[in-house]
Parts: sequence; C-alpha cells; structure tokens
Amino acid sequence: MPPAEGGFVQPHRVDHEALREAVWARVQQARDVKRPHTLELVGMMATDVIELHGDRLFGDDPALVGGFCRIGEHRAVFVGQQKGSEVEENVRRNFGMPHAEGYRKAMRLFQLAERLGLPVVTLIDTPGAYPGAASEERGVAEAIARSIGVMAGLRTPIVCVITGEGGSGGALAIAVGDVVIALENAIYSVISPEGCASILWRAPEAAQQAAVAMRLTAGEQQALGVIDVVVGEPTEGAHAAPEETARRLGAQIVTQLDRLMRRDLDELLQERYDRFRRMGAFADSGSMVTPRPERQSLADRLRMLLGSSRGILGAEQGPLRPEAADDQDEPPLREDV
Amino acid sequence: MPIKLPFRPRGQSFPPDLWTKCPGCDEMLYNKQLEKSLRVCDTCGHHFRLRVDARLRQLLDHETFRERDAGLESVDPLGFVDQKPYPDRVAEARTKTGIRDAALWGTGAIGGQRVAICVMDFAFMGGSMGSVVGEKVTRAAEAALADRLPLIVVSASGGARMQEGTLALMQLAKTVAALRRLSDAGVPYVSVMTDPTTGGVFASYAALGDVNLAEPDALIAFAGARVSAGTIAETLPEGFQRAEFLFQHGFVDQVVKRADLRDTLAGLLQYLRPRPRPRAAPTGSENGTSGNGLLSRPLAAFVDVRPDPRREPERTRG
Repeated sequence: MPPAEGGFVQPHRVDHEALREAVWARVQQARDVKRPHTLELVGMMATDVIELHGDRLFGDDPALVGGFCRIGEHRAVFVGQQKGSEVEENVRRNFGMPHAEGYRKAMRLFQLAERLGLPVVTLIDTPGAYPGAASEERGVAEAIARSIGVMAGLRTPIVCVITGEGGSGGALAIAVGDVVIALENAIYSVISPEGCASILWRAPEAAQQAAVAMRLTAGEQQALGVIDVVVGEPTEGAHAAPEETARRLGAQIVTQLDRLMRRDLDELLQERYDRFRRMGAFADSGSMVTPRPERQSLADRLRMLLGSSRGILGAEQGPLRPEAADDQDEPPLREDV
Repeated sequence: MPIKLPFRPRGQSFPPDLWTKCPGCDEMLYNKQLEKSLRVCDTCGHHFRLRVDARLRQLLDHETFRERDAGLESVDPLGFVDQKPYPDRVAEARTKTGIRDAALWGTGAIGGQRVAICVMDFAFMGGSMGSVVGEKVTRAAEAALADRLPLIVVSASGGARMQEGTLALMQLAKTVAALRRLSDAGVPYVSVMTDPTTGGVFASYAALGDVNLAEPDALIAFAGARVSAGTIAETLPEGFQRAEFLFQHGFVDQVVKRADLRDTLAGLLQYLRPRPRPRAAPTGSENGTSGNGLLSRPLAAFVDVRPDPRREPERTRG
C-alpha cells in the first residue's frame, strides 16, 4: 500500500512484473480446461442429479445446463454455464458461451424452483454470452436483462458461485443472489482482459495489464464487496484436485443454504435488493459546486481495502498462495480483508 | 510545406461551428438549420446524436424539468490507470461536455403528464455506465415508484464503464432490480433507445421497457460489430443491429423519428398510467394500514407491493 500523501492515498501507478504475473496466473487457472465445470462439480457435490433441457421457446442451449439435485439435506435447482474439457465437447458447448435460449432456460428453471419452493444454486463459468449474429437476433441482451430481473425478485433463496470465469453480463445474468461465493482462482470482470486491452490500450497484448487494472481476482472482488465468500482451492488448484475442491465448495453451499432456508422470504428479498442497491462508488457534492478531489473518501477506503487484498495475492509480500489453505478441514473463508 | 499566414491561425479558415457534414449523405448542413431540425439531416434523415440538454428541451414541456441528484459524481474505486488515470479521463469529459457524468435525471411533464425521466449523454465518455449512471437510473426508478410517476429512460451508451470494473457491471443488477419493483407495482416504464445503445445498458434497463421505442437507424446491440469480429471472427451482415432490425425481431415496439418522439410519448402516457397505490401496504404492515400509509413512511415505498393472494381480504378492506 503506498503511503498516504497529502491526505489521500495515491492510486497504484506501478504495475510491477510480479503482480502482473500473479494476476495472470489466476486468469489462466480460471480458464484452465481441466478445471472442473458445472456438471462435474454438481456430480461430485450433489446426489440424485436430474438434468432438464430446453427453454420452451426456441431450443436447448448446451452452454447452459440445469436441473434438480440434492445437495446435503437440501433438494435444489441448479443452473450453470457448461464448458467442455476436450475440444469436441467444448465446441458442442460453445465454450460455455450461452445464447438467448440458454438464459431463457435458466429463467424457466428459476421460476420452477420458486413454484416448488426449492432453493436455487447457480454455478458461473463463462467468458461471456455469445456475441454472434444468432445471439443478437434472438435477443441475448433482453434475455440477460430479464434473467437479472427474475432473480432479483425470485421468492426462494439463491446461492451463486463463480467457479471459473465470471465474464460480464453473461455471467451476471445468473449471478444475482442472496450470497455470491467464488472459488479462490475464479475471476469476475466487466469485460475480458483482452477486450478491455483492445479498447482502452488499443493493444490486445496489454491484456495482462488490463487484468491487473480491473482487479478481477476473487480476493479483490471480495474486498470490493461484489463477492461475499472465497472458498480456498487445494494447493495446485481446482484442476489438480477436483474432488477436494467440490467437497469444500459443497460444504460452503450447504452452510449457506442452511442459513438461508430459515429466513423469512420478505426479509430475504429486501436484503437481496439492498445487497445490489449498495453496489457502486460515487460522491455527492450536493448542488452545483465545482468538484474537488478531496471528495474521494469512499474511493480511498475501497483502495485501502484493495491494497490489503494485494496481500492475499501475495504479489507484494510472501508466497503466492496463503498457507494453511490446503490442510484445513473446513473450507477457509478469506476474512482477512 | 504548407504556408501559414501570420494573421489567420490554421484551422480557423473554415469556422467549424457553422457547418456540419452529414455522415449519411455527405451534404454540408448549416448548423443553425440543423439545430432547427432537431439535429436530423433534412436531406437523408440521418439522426445526429443529441446532447442531454437538447434532448430534454425537445421531449419535455417548456421549463418543466427539475433536475435531481445533480451533485453525484464519479470516484475512482479501483485506482484505475490505462493510458491515462481514470480521474483524468473524467475531468477531461467534464470540461468537454459541461456535465458531471453521462446521465441526468429529474422530473418533468410531457403533454401535461408528469414523468420521471433519465437521459444519457454519449458525449460524456461514450455514455458509459459507471456507478453514477447506475445510481441515477435507480434513483429515477425508485422515485417513480414512490411518487407513482411513469418512468422514461433515454439511453445512449457504449455500455458499462470499464474503469469501474465489476462495480460498473453491478449497475446492471442494481438498475434492473429497481425496475422489477416498478413493474411489480404496476408503474409503467418506457425505454427510448438512441444511437448507440449497446453492451451493458442494452443488456439491462434499455431492453426492459413496458414499451420500447428506438430512433431510426440507431445502433442497438449486445456486442458491437468490433467485439463480435474480435471475439468470434464472425462478420455481421449489413444493417445488422440497427433499430429496424430489432423492430423486425420483435424487441422494439416502434421506430420513431425524432420529430415525432414527443407526441408518441404523450400518446402512450395516456395509457401508461401507474396503478394506484394499494390502499394498505400488502406486506409487513403490522401498524398503520391507513390509505396513505406508504406516503407517510418513505421506506415502505420500497417494500414489495405485489398483490399477495393470501392477503386479498385484508387488502380490499382498508
């Protein structure tokens, strides 16, 4: 954390090599094809899995899956983007990039869960919604917007987990819930680092810098309040020990469901609304006076928080991975921010 | 090597504030005439982008606009630096545009009918939606709900503001959640999409109007052509992602010429009347089920006021 100068904290102007490498390693982990994806995770975390298909309007989107499952003691509806672990399956799954019909299937399942009084668990892992002609034609933007609205008012508990790539609106469309969990090596961003680099730097090769600037790692997102709980992965990462990853994640989901299922629905919905209502950082200078820099106290506070999350990343001090993450019985909660 | 005349600095030989070249038909348009035509080309009908003040003047009854939350301004939550620090970009945009961020909201009247209205300005950092824009849209929706006013949002945006990272992304959820409450309470919302309405703005509040209107030939897209080409190497067909294309595919109710927009809105507002406030708060009302219970308790305006069948007898009683 740079020292405070003249009353407010200086932005991080130096992107040093270590930080860039550490962040980029996370991006690569999040995208690793061997990382367990939605159906694999559900298969390991839950029992009695029954997949359901189709949006009842157009077709079935293999990039977004869902159905029933029993997780711990809870019967639940799960929904998640699905990537493939081999080329052929990845092509069939469209690399986890849903079309409009995927999000309409998700909405159908959310509403089914509401009618049945079952909680919803969503697993987010997508580079983004598919940005092609077919997708635009069928209104992927409308489907995303509507899915967000359905989740915002859904009268049943919702647990969201960013398991890999949380890519923009295509991720958020199924990530509006009462609690948002992330796996340690997951990332969450408003646009892909490559996209950000090509627009703001006008150079796709600046993707690593963009990844650092967007603060897309799970720990940083937790510091921002976008993510509530970070579940630690085994030493080598989720791809090396999928069973253990699923066990930790499953335990955390059950903990959250135990808590949420006891809640009064009206209160829960109000808190869900408030959770997203709070998001954002701005200043209010009242009437039309000239803006002044010392109005940035909220930004400074957030920066301070984020500075400490750099510690989690370990780029500035200590090892890359926090110790004790791999030997614990309980999934560790990153509460050190 | 060009010869510079000492008495006339280069660049001022043809005063740029007198004429504008139409990108649609290459016609040179006299600026005063262009302003009179609501910034629409008289020759080919090309709609130039509108600044927020001009838009409000055109849509609202004379001098009815009262701006709210004018003091909201962006901060730099991530300490974001690309080729320039984010605060510098914001400062530049303010100097260039004379407004504080890419949206304004307030109340006004259209054809004598009061509305809450939020207007975006593409000139401010591409109309990008950061925390301030999201907050203004949300506050407009919450005020529309509390005061039972129809809501109108005029969008012009390239999408979420990357410099605010996921906090910009979260504005999609924040705004849509507020609109959901509006919709549940029977308070109507009209989305007007102008050139361009893309990315996170189209994928949130712009797509969700009870009535969606669009200006002719406006670019309306989830992913701009460049994003598509860069991400999936797919070239998009001609005329794709324009207002008329969205109309054909059922996502826009009407494509409305700028000159007709105000009358179209006034016409719609006759039908888009907010449902009266429920007589008693249907949920969580242990005390005070009097007729104006919601008015006297501002917080209660934000509870879910969808009719609950289980409480039907109670609701009709008061």
